[in-house]
Amino acid sequence: MGMPITVILADSYATQKDCDAVFAYFQAIDNQFSTYKKESEISLFNKGEIQRKDLSKDMKLVFRLANQTTKETNGYFNIVKHDGSIDPSGLVKGWAIYNACKLLAKKGFKNFSIDAGGDVQVAGKNEKGEEWRIGIRNPFNPKEIIKVVGLTTQGIATSGTYVRGQHIYDPHQNSHLKGGRLENVVSVTVIGKNVYEADRFATAVFAMQSNGIYFLEKQNGLEGYMIDKHGIATMTSGFNTYVI
Amino acid sequence: MKKFLLILIVLCLLTAGIVVWNKKEEMDGDDAPIVAKPTSSTPAPSSAAAQYKDGSYTSDVVQTDRGFGPLQIKLVVSGGKISDVQFLQFPNKPGHTTEVSNAALPLLKQEAITAQSAQVDVVTGATQTSEAFQQVLSATLAMAK
Repeated sequence: MGMPITVILADSYATQKDCDAVFAYFQAIDNQFSTYKKESEISLFNKGEIQRKDLSKDMKLVFRLANQTTKETNGYFNIVKHDGSIDPSGLVKGWAIYNACKLLAKKGFKNFSIDAGGDVQVAGKNEKGEEWRIGIRNPFNPKEIIKVVGLTTQGIATSGTYVRGQHIYDPHQNSHLKGGRLENVVSVTVIGKNVYEADRFATAVFAMQSNGIYFLEKQNGLEGYMIDKHGIATMTSGFNTYVI
Repeated sequence: MKKFLLILIVLCLLTAGIVVWNKKEEMDGDDAPIVAKPTSSTPAPSSAAAQYKDGSYTSDVVQTDRGFGPLQIKLVVSGGKISDVQFLQFPNKPGHTTEVSNAALPLLKQEAITAQSAQVDVVTGATQTSEAFQQVLSATLAMAK
């Protein structure tokens, strides 16, 4: 999946072994779903070396979830790429984090967080016994936090395409761009009842661009914070209730 | 508190302000070699400290993680250091222009984003372009060596 994974177990009886189990799960998911790996199940399927009927139970489930999400987002979420191949990564990450959290819950843990590439599920409280404090990164400066929200057992995910550092120039001012039209929204953060919901809707809402925040406003149980290329944020009506 | 970091990748702090992630070896097994071709070149100053050869390097076009579109960069090295990174192609998901009806919705609250100094446990933020960017940057830097 190409990302750092951070697991925080706030329960005092946690051991390295518990953490290793989470690591192993993500490794297995990556081996199965990574489109970068030639021998992953998804790559073999895309090459026609595995037939649809022979796919694993998990792969079939992910395909079903993706279809459902496509319907729920008016087609903005779609794992079928222009060349006809399937790339389920817009959904698998949140799904895998959620499953990993269920593994921890089954082991009896109540207070933990799993962060995979900036998509986060938290459970219970942090190590201070308070709600988890999650910072939203500035899409224009990855070293800065521009908002802090407090969550107990929920998910949060961000989708965006924009990173600008000292040496990265504003692509909106690049005359080489064909068509000259760049999208307005650079980052969308979604809070949901779990990280699976947050991740898949963040992906879709980002694809919707400026209208996405209004789509989000209509969804029950989802709140969002959208940042445009001018550094102006638009938030859903319930978002502020989470802001610390 | 027990905090375990499972870092699957190596954090590369390339220059101030650019934090990128590189984990190709462990997790990706990237099967799409990215080849960068020098587009122009000037003689490099023969300084032992210079990390890269001066010149401009243009990456191949790569697809970003979630299919948002292509990414291509041009890297300029001067004095052995990166002096400029330009985006020649940038993900922007063209073709999705369907309107979502905003009728009967309240005007949503807006604000200018400002940096916060509060302590946090975890951070959420977009990584996909920085990952794709890191891939093309690595490949392009390899050409400059």
